[in-house]
Amino acid sequence: MLFSIFGLVSASFFMNKDAVDVAFTEAAVGAGISPLLMLATLAIVGRYQNTKALPTRPLISLTIVTITGALLIIGTLDMPAFGAADAPSQLHVAPRYIQDSVEEIGIPNMVTSVLASYRAYDTLGEVAVIFTAGIGVLSLLAFSHANRKEKHLIDDIIELDEHKILRIVIKILVAPILIFALYVQFHGDFGPGGGFQAGVIFAAAIILYTLFFGINVGKKVVNLSIVRVFSAIGLLLYGSVGVVSFVSGKNYLDYHVLAENPQTAQHIGIVVIELGVGITVACVMMLIFFAFFERIGKDKVE
Amino acid sequence: MIIFDLLNYWVVIILMMIGFFIVISRGNLVKKIIGLNIFQVSVFIFYISVGNVRGGTAPIFLEGATLYSNPLPHVLILTAIVVGIATTALALSLVIRIKASYGTIEETEILEQDKQ
Amino acid sequence: MISHLPILQVIIPLLGAPACLLLGKARLSWIFATVVALITFIISVLLLIQVNEQGTISYMLGGWEAPWGIEYRIDYLNAFVLAIISAVGTLTLIAANDGIKKEIDEARQPLFYVSFLLCFAGLLGITATGDAFNVFVFLEISSLSMYTIIALGKDRRALWASYQYLIVGTIGATFILVGIGLMYSMTGTLNMVDLAERLPPVAESKSVLASYAFIFVGVSLKLALFPLHFWLPNAYTFSPGIVTAFLAATATKVAVYLLIRFDFGVFEMSSPEVKQTINRLFITLGIAATLIASWTAIKQSDIKRMLAYSSVAQIGYMIIGIGLDSSSGVQASVLHLFNHALMKGGLFLVLVAIALQLGSTQLKDLQGIAKRMPWTFFGFVLGGLSLIGVPLTAGFISKWYLVSAAAEQEQWYIIAFVLIGSLLAVAYIWRVVEVAWFKSADSEIANQQQQTMPEKIPLLLLIPLWILILSNIYFGIDARFPIYFSQQAANLFFGGL
Repeated sequence: MLFSIFGLVSASFFMNKDAVDVAFTEAAVGAGISPLLMLATLAIVGRYQNTKALPTRPLISLTIVTITGALLIIGTLDMPAFGAADAPSQLHVAPRYIQDSVEEIGIPNMVTSVLASYRAYDTLGEVAVIFTAGIGVLSLLAFSHANRKEKHLIDDIIELDEHKILRIVIKILVAPILIFALYVQFHGDFGPGGGFQAGVIFAAAIILYTLFFGINVGKKVVNLSIVRVFSAIGLLLYGSVGVVSFVSGKNYLDYHVLAENPQTAQHIGIVVIELGVGITVACVMMLIFFAFFERIGKDKVE
Repeated sequence: MIIFDLLNYWVVIILMMIGFFIVISRGNLVKKIIGLNIFQVSVFIFYISVGNVRGGTAPIFLEGATLYSNPLPHVLILTAIVVGIATTALALSLVIRIKASYGTIEETEILEQDKQ
Repeated sequence: MISHLPILQVIIPLLGAPACLLLGKARLSWIFATVVALITFIISVLLLIQVNEQGTISYMLGGWEAPWGIEYRIDYLNAFVLAIISAVGTLTLIAANDGIKKEIDEARQPLFYVSFLLCFAGLLGITATGDAFNVFVFLEISSLSMYTIIALGKDRRALWASYQYLIVGTIGATFILVGIGLMYSMTGTLNMVDLAERLPPVAESKSVLASYAFIFVGVSLKLALFPLHFWLPNAYTFSPGIVTAFLAATATKVAVYLLIRFDFGVFEMSSPEVKQTINRLFITLGIAATLIASWTAIKQSDIKRMLAYSSVAQIGYMIIGIGLDSSSGVQASVLHLFNHALMKGGLFLVLVAIALQLGSTQLKDLQGIAKRMPWTFFGFVLGGLSLIGVPLTAGFISKWYLVSAAAEQEQWYIIAFVLIGSLLAVAYIWRVVEVAWFKSADSEIANQQQQTMPEKIPLLLLIPLWILILSNIYFGIDARFPIYFSQQAANLFFGGL
């Protein structure tokens, strides 16, 4: 819980500092996904802490931390003042993004411009990181239980009838959330949002549904092997935009080959890669979720 | 006033160090990951602070606005957040497996079992 | 197509990974991954030729020019490192099908290859890029996939080793991130070449120094530089043998590359005194690593673990070379980077073969093994000789260069320590030889060996094994190729001799 609040608070900090896109993402991740995974883990490994709750190496740790912290504080002494508009970080590379991106890319959200065009390759890497994590979680958690049809403990908890009203609410909610995800997906050019946030929201809708209707029902709604295939397809879709670029003689991920008008070309490129991001993120989130929740209540010492 | 100008950074650094301390001092594997998360998020805040411009608005084009926050750190941090959640997910699934094969998630107990 | 080589180098394995997931079957995935790696290797060779003909290649991703977009920048140094990584990656993948059979369940094998390719792509990406933040992104791709493939080891301690590495690795990566952030806040750029131009005017500032410190510590964690090496022996010992062979020959090498790149290619110290202090620190840590890790290696009962400690020691030599801060010093480091990849890649593959036959890499189980597997063990001895640095092996060449680089600066004590380090290496290699060659197996262990010794060692494991081992001899006799490239690489930073 506390952890989730920490996520929300840091999200609001980002909002306050005009980083709307970051705030959006941190809200989804810091207050949504990672506490959810944390809770699932605690449900599996047990909440108790049997040894003393004291730090194990307090003195050494404290020394290391103090040295690091002091070094950082010293490091900031020569830094430009907080919020200064004439700091070097605001002067060299950034002005181009601010002044020219609207014209060069043709969309108002500069964060999206930088993310999906100027530094699109970083974003490809980011999608690859998510994909890597998905593969990692799968190879660690899947395959260890032979009997896949058996009942899941979490379903027992869920099947108590107390949740009837909640279920109806969820049923009504799921559709709008999915639509909202699509809106975020395609609206990222104009307002805050984009593939990553949309993917998380989309996955969240499915996860919410599954949480209240049970893993087996959820599995009927989403076929996990198809989800797995699509997690790869999203990344491939992103990468193949770049392949199209250099097949047509431009550099990798140069969108200008996609249409005559440079702005349209950029726009097409961004929409396609954001779609790739969205697909992979949504699929990986679902894969991770099912991998975690399927294990609840089933672990004995191997 | 140097103190005022840099105060924001210092608060972030303190938060960062709290996270860092939890990571290296706690023996509980889940707590370590929580610490790691705090550590990472405070680094994100540090970046966003670097990109902040007093009086600027969110970097979405607006008629009439002239001063925007720096979009670049935002982009970097978006990437870093994703990396962070990816790491957390992987770390937690390792914890689950460790629990399954060692029966504990306390560092000291794991080390004891390995000695045998 | 030829002008797109820099990006193809990384993008082929990166997109090969998801494509590999679509295949599903273990054997098919293996063939696919191997072909992908082979193509990558061919590209790296072409790149090496291209760099040699045209000089540094710069490739703008997305068509945006450098400080705004991300740049791939291939020069002598990273072209050389790319070739090493992709060569070792290809060879280990060829061996992987037989190598992981006993260690990873059938069901997990396809995912293993996907992770392996991602790790491969990540390491190549770190090396090829000219953008500081892009380094971080690809570092995480390689790290996350590394944690995964380490955790796939049979022993449950692999999980613990992977977790430890994950914590340490993430701290390291976050430190690097802080360092990059500080650099950015002082210069407003992320491009390395651009940074190198814009840092000197602000070099006086404490922020730049702090940023250097953070990047140094972060990279050192990844590098397993003594005393931050504690995660490495566990990770190498318990991960599947093939993974150890791959990581030992590539992962720490990429970290060494990063250190060289940041130390000489990006940062410039404000005053010679600061630089000198840092150099002295490098040399001290390097020597400490060599001596202490070699000493610890002697005491190990598991050969895999012994070689892991030996890796920490060998990294020490590379760091000494960096600390010498001269053209010949860096050349020695780069040379050793190349040679050490050959030695450790080869030696760990020998261990894969031994583990396949005996089901163990414990020293005591190896009694009399030289008579049962004479050729394989001969390979071990050759690799060991190179590790010690006996003349006519590759190891000798790099030690010779290191010693002469130290002699150039009249730092005689370094030479003494390098010699002591080599003697310690003689000691730990000798222990293995003694047990394997001169002790005949007592009946119990002989019985055990009889039972577990099934068929012959598969050909596809033997070929890469011998390629790596014999190249230790080849490059010990005719070292023109690595010497030429390491020299050119050093010239990048020290402008001619």
